[in-house]
Amino acid sequence: MSSLSRFASIRNGESLKTSQIPEIPISDFRSDILKMISSGKRLCALILNGKEKKPAGLLSVLADDAEGKLYLNSSEPVSSYPALTPDLPQAHLFEREIYENSGIVPEGHPWLKPVRRKPADEVVFFKEEGEEIHEVAVGPIHAGIIEPGHFRFQCHGETIHHLEIQLGYQHRGVEELLRKADRFSLSIAESICGDSAIAHGWAHCRALEALQRISPTLKAEVLRAILLETERLANHIGDLGAVSGDIGYLPASAYFGRLRGDFLNILMLISGNRYGKGFLELGGAAFDIPPQMRSQVIETLQRAKRHLNEIGEMFFGEPSVISRLEETGVISQKVCADLGLVGVAARASGKNLDVRQDHPYGFFRFRYIPTVKLTTGDVFARAMIRFLESQRSLDFLSAVLDSLPEGDLTVPRGKILEERLSVSLIEGWRGEICHIAISDAKGKLSRYKVIDPSFHNWMAVAMSVRQGEISDFPLCNKSFNLSYAGHDL
Amino acid sequence: METLIFIPAVLFFLLIMPPLMLGLIAKTKAFVSGRRGPPVFQPLHDILKLLGKGAVYSETSGWIFRLGPVISLSAVLMAASLVPLFGAPLISFNGDAILFIYLLALGRFVTILAALDTGSSFEGMGASREAAFSSYAEPALILIFASLAIHSGSLSLNRMFSSGQRVFPAASVLLAGSGLLIVLLAENSRIPIDDPNTHLELTMIHEVMVLDHSGPDFAFILYGAQLKLMLMGVLWIRLLSPSWAANPFFLTLSLCGLAIFIGAIESSMARLRLIRVPQLLIAAVCLAAFGLILAVR
Repeated sequence: MSSLSRFASIRNGESLKTSQIPEIPISDFRSDILKMISSGKRLCALILNGKEKKPAGLLSVLADDAEGKLYLNSSEPVSSYPALTPDLPQAHLFEREIYENSGIVPEGHPWLKPVRRKPADEVVFFKEEGEEIHEVAVGPIHAGIIEPGHFRFQCHGETIHHLEIQLGYQHRGVEELLRKADRFSLSIAESICGDSAIAHGWAHCRALEALQRISPTLKAEVLRAILLETERLANHIGDLGAVSGDIGYLPASAYFGRLRGDFLNILMLISGNRYGKGFLELGGAAFDIPPQMRSQVIETLQRAKRHLNEIGEMFFGEPSVISRLEETGVISQKVCADLGLVGVAARASGKNLDVRQDHPYGFFRFRYIPTVKLTTGDVFARAMIRFLESQRSLDFLSAVLDSLPEGDLTVPRGKILEERLSVSLIEGWRGEICHIAISDAKGKLSRYKVIDPSFHNWMAVAMSVRQGEISDFPLCNKSFNLSYAGHDL
Repeated sequence: METLIFIPAVLFFLLIMPPLMLGLIAKTKAFVSGRRGPPVFQPLHDILKLLGKGAVYSETSGWIFRLGPVISLSAVLMAASLVPLFGAPLISFNGDAILFIYLLALGRFVTILAALDTGSSFEGMGASREAAFSSYAEPALILIFASLAIHSGSLSLNRMFSSGQRVFPAASVLLAGSGLLIVLLAENSRIPIDDPNTHLELTMIHEVMVLDHSGPDFAFILYGAQLKLMLMGVLWIRLLSPSWAANPFFLTLSLCGLAIFIGAIESSMARLRLIRVPQLLIAAVCLAAFGLILAVR
């Protein structure tokens, strides 16, 4: 294929010299991306390739999930260009972000609004008019203990015609803080989204390790994988509990909630806190699992496995639960592909997408976790995926903990090499986390970009409730359980 | 002398029993979930606490909003005086069954008005749901009362639900009883129709209408709702076992049993999807209608 030659290709967690990335005119940049997408690639990232000013070049990262390769290309500096979104809906939020951060105008973008830097009362919302149409505004302050976000519904009776989600209340300037790459960086990366501390922390470590061209020991890779899967278990099971709570099925809500505590406690045991913060270290891991602790963890896991199966059987065996979850909040396979969904949401809509399988990293290169795919795309599928993945992760943990390798926890750190770019993908419990780091001629970071799975998936929440009941919205929202902080950065 | 004891006893019962039933439901649900749960008198304590607080009123709401809780509580209290608790009701006359239904409707009507008065989109949504669903629940209740009126030959709750003079066909009692149970769960926003514990405004039916009330107003609303649950409970128990229910001790015991039963229902299933609620209520109407057919046959 001719357009392939105008892309640089790397594998997940590798770096390359920035000069190796072809810089081509914007029209070629645009048509090359569209060609690649039509041949089955996926848009991982579309970002500014430099400082946040006009004019600047664009940089795209495309994932070839079948081959396990990432393709990069970049454009010459532009101050406006014909938008990709009309031809490539999955680019819609990336282009809005580019416009907001730099002023570069994607011409013909259907809904060019700020992404995160303006509060909801300063932006325009899509509005339906008519005698029986009514508007419901929810948030940014919510009844539960959740993050702030604004939801604007256009309803006809109980039916939702349109939902628009405006976020940005959690914008902290994370990327700029990470660009400084000082001793606080890892803590900041762990706090990008508090429930994915390990996943984001690991993605950050790998992005910098790739720039320094160091690789952790097998021991550290195994430990990192153990923590990541424990984090996945805690969150998947917590989500199942939250779904039970939303439909008013109390016993399962309470049991799942307690079970989540078991996994948080394992993280506590290993790292000293319930979210695993401080466990990762650049070049390895900070803590080992000594033999005595290991047997304690294995024992907890065995008990948890038994309980998970019992509670799962109770929850998924209850007819009133099934009838509530099935055919609620459906994301069709077409919508899923158009929006470029990732993670649990994609796997529930028939897209077998998992970074651990497609772009294996760390210990997942040696030990494979089978992925789960369902096709119905409803709340039931998203809940079921969480349950099945939890079982797979438990199997993985028991197998790996049986034989921990020997070795050092960390390797010596290096220096960030000049003028390189690294891409690091991690399958967090929500889905694909992408960190991109670019270094300048002095070996400092010139740009750091974070893409949380929520950034890809928020639009799916809006699509899943369209033509649905407004009373089903909380359940649909919970079935995705996306991060506000991860989106807002 | 007997009335001197009887009236205070009834008032005491009306004051204590409704919050206690709510406490027992919460305790049952907590027990099934493996938790300890709040003390059984927590709902009573909450009401007393709210009575001692100030109320906040939105600038957009007017006098209807302030009047709503007062009228709705008075309506339920008046309804309470028509229901035979132990022995005869405080007030009884031929036709009070119809007044009972209208009083419940009045309470709902002013609650809906107060909700609309806030101008909030949430409360408007709740008001529309409440109005829609009660238009199914009310016919069911009317049909059940009609079949009981035919059996007992009277339109007074005291005679319709009282011991002694009647032997209803078992089938009729069964049909009316199942219908009344569904109406009871629906009228009192219990699972599977509504979820009284949820914090998700978009899914609520009854709770979302009273979000803006606070302090004593909210205490009135809570107590009114609890009282309504108890009254429907008393009618249900009297329907099933009229001869024993006149005994105060037995009535108390069976109301506690009913509370535990409701707690068990709530713990054993998920909520219905909102569009399915009318189907369940129509089932209640059908049950009641078949009961009526049996009665006039």
